[in-house]
Amino acid sequence: MYKILEARNLAGPNYEMIVEAPRVAARCLPGQFIIVKLDEQAERIPLTITDYDREKGTIEIVYQPVGESTSKFTELKAGDSFMDFVGPLGRPSDLCESEDPEAIEALKKKKIVFVAGGVGAAPIYPQAKWLHEHGVECDVIIGARNKELVLLEDRMKEVANVYVTTDDGSYGRSGMVTKCLEDLIAEGHTYDHCVCIGPMIMMKFLCLTTKKYGIHTVVSMNPIMVDGTGMCGACRVTVGGEVKFACVDGPEFDGHEVDFDLAMKRQTMYKTQEGEAFLAWKEGSTHHGGCGECGGEK
Amino acid sequence: MAEAKNMLTRVPVREQDPKVRAANFEEVCLGYNEEEAVAESQRCLHCKNAKCVQGCPVNINIPEFVGAVKEKDFGKAYDIISESSSLPAVCGRVCPQETQCEGRCIRGIKGDAVSIGKLERFVADWAKEHGMKMKCTAKQTGRKVAVIGAGPSGLTCAGDLAKMGYDVTIFEALHKAGGVLVYGIPEFRLPKDKVVAKEVENVQCLGVKIETNVIIGRSVTIEELMTKEGFEAVFIGSGAGLPMFMNIPGEQAKGVFSANEYLTRNNLMKAYRDDYDTPIVHGKKVVVVGGGNVAMDAARTALRLGAQTHIVYRRSEAELPARAEEVHHAKEEGIQFDLLTNPVEILADENDNVRGIRCIRMELGEPDASGRRRPQPIEGSEFEIECDTVIMSLGTRPNPLISSTTYGLDVNKKLCIVATEEEGKTSLEGVYAGGDAVTGAATVILAMGAGKKAARGIDAYLRSKD
Repeated sequence: MYKILEARNLAGPNYEMIVEAPRVAARCLPGQFIIVKLDEQAERIPLTITDYDREKGTIEIVYQPVGESTSKFTELKAGDSFMDFVGPLGRPSDLCESEDPEAIEALKKKKIVFVAGGVGAAPIYPQAKWLHEHGVECDVIIGARNKELVLLEDRMKEVANVYVTTDDGSYGRSGMVTKCLEDLIAEGHTYDHCVCIGPMIMMKFLCLTTKKYGIHTVVSMNPIMVDGTGMCGACRVTVGGEVKFACVDGPEFDGHEVDFDLAMKRQTMYKTQEGEAFLAWKEGSTHHGGCGECGGEK
Repeated sequence: MAEAKNMLTRVPVREQDPKVRAANFEEVCLGYNEEEAVAESQRCLHCKNAKCVQGCPVNINIPEFVGAVKEKDFGKAYDIISESSSLPAVCGRVCPQETQCEGRCIRGIKGDAVSIGKLERFVADWAKEHGMKMKCTAKQTGRKVAVIGAGPSGLTCAGDLAKMGYDVTIFEALHKAGGVLVYGIPEFRLPKDKVVAKEVENVQCLGVKIETNVIIGRSVTIEELMTKEGFEAVFIGSGAGLPMFMNIPGEQAKGVFSANEYLTRNNLMKAYRDDYDTPIVHGKKVVVVGGGNVAMDAARTALRLGAQTHIVYRRSEAELPARAEEVHHAKEEGIQFDLLTNPVEILADENDNVRGIRCIRMELGEPDASGRRRPQPIEGSEFEIECDTVIMSLGTRPNPLISSTTYGLDVNKKLCIVATEEEGKTSLEGVYAGGDAVTGAATVILAMGAGKKAARGIDAYLRSKD
């Protein structure tokens, strides 16, 4: 069992947990993820690592509930446990892989911008933090639909130059992350490396923008997964015409090579079943199906 | 009383009716009862130079255990099997006996071979029902050995090492021990709680510790296990986990799965049960591509989830690599075999959902490197099969996670770990390997055999260090 030490609601629908997992905390690096399984009957759910404490042996995860399983997580309190917690999975971010002084010097010469969309700020934070700890400066654009959904702004400011933008202009700059990036470039910022993590559609359009400016762009894919060790192939994504498994070959890929349209279609594979399960859970015994819409009568 | 009609035919084994079992996940084969087992055991000729023992990858003393069954001393029969096998309830169910022990049986020359597999299963099930456990009486050596992977080779190697007095820890990447026995082979062929969990407990009874959720190469490396955690030797039994695809157009459409994914959802995650959360697609018309045991398992699973199911295989019936019993069961249950047929494209609708598969007819040409006649496409013979789900069961290859994170561990061009045949020795001192990680996808019993040999190799190595 993996004990939950802290659990709380962050901005809007975003939640945070700190979990005891010494083996994961001892080795994980920014860019990697974990898989949790709540109890015997639960699904295996891949989640992002937001922060880690090697000495305390803890992992911080930030997530946004989307279906039945992650919605159940929001009810967990400090003292509860996950039955299973496995990781670190995936390859670490290219930026944070080497402590070699030469590699760090090379990073210091790069002009790096991170672009976070919504809950995408969670996997970006550890990368920005790692770079900061190694004396590498970077910019971070945090994008959200509105003020309430802006995630990890304060912590991010401790480690990077942060630009917040909201779609509705309720906080920070106004507009999507693509506009924010173009504005920053117009204001005189130059970038040669971009890491973009967020909803698939946002990554797609941001990549179109960075391509225009010739900025090398890395994206982090979060497709459907089962085991997370390369065994099932559910997470296959097409990158540069080749099939890759996000769990072992990724999750980060060259954003200019990823086939986002295909990835977005694959994302919808279990949508109907997920929705049905979520309704059945939320409405409990009051959910009888029979509406002819939800399939609950099966 | 049950008895062989004559000594030439085996005592038939009771099975669930095909029509009934096609709609449930209960075990298909019901196994022998005491009476049937004793009757079948009387057919054994107790050959002096028993060919069946040579045909068994772990060399179970078959005539002796069958003799004990004949004397109705089932406990003794279990002890005899246990000397050579840690997983008899599994092997009695999933070994390809027709090409191993039973394939060599003298009875088989004229008539049916003795039903050795069914007798082994009977003995193992009897022992479980009667609470028999494997015994560990060896003196503790105080030396730690790490075993990577709780599948057939790892469980066997760990069990044997524990019997020799080593302090063994198995590291398993998934949340449950068993490897392919839990994620791959379905409930109707190998019951998980009744059989697999019990066999795992049996190994734990010998003192073996199992740590789940540890991915070697990611959570911890082999080097760290040996330098920081005090393990003096390591056995790699990580299997061949990576699924292969055909690389034909349409393979990324929604509704195309690897057999590994489909079976893992259903078996490990128990998606067929309403009380489990993991979803699985209930196809109406399913095409499974491939002809091995895994293909049969996937097809029969899809059938039980309510689908009309086809198997598409590029060679003919004679070349089907699956166990004869699985093919027979699949046919009985109503699975259609499209033999000498190969997919060329998966067809999808405007929402990218699978709507069919375009195939081409094949004919057999000259034998290839494997000795089997090479299938060749017949020009202009393309046709379509309507379906909403395609399951690719084309085999698997080893996961590179360990080889790519273990400096100095030699692999061949297929990324299989290079290890000696006799004792599983790899290019690294103290590191041994066996099973599918070395051979590529093979059988449970061959992996067990490799685990046994490696246990002997590790024992010899650690003794030599004294």
